[in-house]
Amino acid sequence: MNGFSIRRFVAIAKKEFIQIKRDKASFVLAFVAPFIMLMLFGYAVKMDIENVSIGILDMAKTQESRELVSKLQNTRYFKPTFFAQNQVEIESSLDSGKIKAALIIPSHFTKLLKQNKSPEVLFIVDGTDPTIAKTVFSSGILTMQNFAQKNYAVKPIVDVRTRVKYNPSMKSELFTIPGLMGLIMQNITIILTAFAIVREREKGTMEQLIVTPIKSIELILGKLVPYTFLGLGDFLVALLFGILWFKVPVRGNILLLFVLGMEFVICALMIGMLISSVSKTQLQAMQLALLFLLPSVLLSGFMFPREAMPAVIRFVGNFVPLTYFLIILRGIVLKGVGIEYLWDEVLVLIFLGLVLLFISIKRFSKRFD
Amino acid sequence: MEYAIKVEGLTKRFGEFVAVNDISFSIPKGSIFALLGPNGSGKTTTIKIICGVLRATKGYVEVLGNDVSKYPEQVKQNIGYVSQKFSLYEDLTVEENIEFYGAIYDLSKDEIEEKKAKLLKFFGFEGREKSLVGTLSGGMKQKLAFACATLHNPQILILDEPTAGVDPISRKEYWEMIRVFSQSGVTVLVTSHYMDEAERCDYVAFMFNGILKEVDTPANVKTKYSSHSIEDVFMKVFSQ
Repeated sequence: MNGFSIRRFVAIAKKEFIQIKRDKASFVLAFVAPFIMLMLFGYAVKMDIENVSIGILDMAKTQESRELVSKLQNTRYFKPTFFAQNQVEIESSLDSGKIKAALIIPSHFTKLLKQNKSPEVLFIVDGTDPTIAKTVFSSGILTMQNFAQKNYAVKPIVDVRTRVKYNPSMKSELFTIPGLMGLIMQNITIILTAFAIVREREKGTMEQLIVTPIKSIELILGKLVPYTFLGLGDFLVALLFGILWFKVPVRGNILLLFVLGMEFVICALMIGMLISSVSKTQLQAMQLALLFLLPSVLLSGFMFPREAMPAVIRFVGNFVPLTYFLIILRGIVLKGVGIEYLWDEVLVLIFLGLVLLFISIKRFSKRFD
Repeated sequence: MEYAIKVEGLTKRFGEFVAVNDISFSIPKGSIFALLGPNGSGKTTTIKIICGVLRATKGYVEVLGNDVSKYPEQVKQNIGYVSQKFSLYEDLTVEENIEFYGAIYDLSKDEIEEKKAKLLKFFGFEGREKSLVGTLSGGMKQKLAFACATLHNPQILILDEPTAGVDPISRKEYWEMIRVFSQSGVTVLVTSHYMDEAERCDYVAFMFNGILKEVDTPANVKTKYSSHSIEDVFMKVFSQ
């Protein structure tokens, strides 16, 4: 009588399965929304900068100056779209936004090069969008320095050899898509479970349930079961789509990824359950869920590096389970590391999950005052 | 006399508002007890405290010898409750609702199957087992709620305005069902604002603004107020 009843737990889980199956809206949310999100984020959140329109004012008009321009073009970062006759044309094209960068090559360019002197070229960048400006700026400088070193005797002091690990071509999809899997799992499971308890409260079915001997823990865990499956289903969809469509390589152990994914799903579900148990109406639950989901996109480091955030904001991010799961995801998917590198994150997730479960059960009292 | 429910000096306040004001009554085992009163008089609050869902501000409630405030779960296992508002799952079928509540009351699969067959027959649900509850008529829904509340053979049935908005024929059938259960020894506590229904009960009590006025048999209150019907008594008590 006082123990946990498996029968009640199973009954709740089974009932919840049937209800989800019959509720078309949750089904659509669970399986169509991930596709839309993957497509949207996969293509929209592209931080790679390619084919930036560049204006050229070549006052030297020599073989060397043309070579410099074609080097820039070959990097694919730049696309010379406008060949100006004078500086005024360059300025007005920048003003109108026709070009995002400009290169001005002085007339004595080749002469100075042949004398082994460093000729000055003017490289102008439109800084309106700092993300584009930074990339354009550094790749422009790098290309021009390479040009000078390779062709002429301008030797650098330190010879730096670079190697980019894990994502050598620095494709931003490889960074965003694994993170997106986590984000999708989080959003769908939290939104679905946020309604799980409050829906029964609003429809009045909770009134019948609380006069039965059911325990909070049986109810909450029972309700978690079907959503865990949904969350894992979403994870699989996102994973397969990421691998097949966006060509994200999974370098680590896919089974480990799946087990830890389940851990994260449960953690996210607990957040939804907590929202549901404190909300009085479904509208309130939705608002609370959004209040959590929107900042979590930023706080978790899904888009912007946590390292760049002020300490206070980074600290708040420590309470978002997605923060840890992103490290796990990117670790396993991109770096191919095993659990030995991920213990910290795994343990924090378990701890967060248990704390959330405890609070949900305490908050969901069967008695009202 | 043995009592199924004992209420002593029960008070419930919601902030400043006194919903139930120092009421006392006892319900003998196996009897039908009607709590009568207009909407908002405190009937539902009283019932919720007896069910262990709401905490009393003051007073003592005992159900089958258990203090409700101390052993709410013990009490819940022995109570069948039908709420004022229909509260079964409309997106589950008749059968699924019965199976669900059977399991919630920790009945075994065989017990549930046996009970289900019996109740479906008794309440006339044959042929509708696989219908979604949302598609049933109001009277059918009330019967199903009643069926689900009796699955676990409770010793006490608590029915909160079970016949509100139900057609006269269904109401008559409903009271016949109550009678059948009462005759098998189940104690029934029912609230209503249909006074004609009170005539069928063993005891009636009138509730106004949280205060309990008369607790007696229908015959006794009618004599006391020299009335021919409970409805008449109700009007007299109410105008006091």
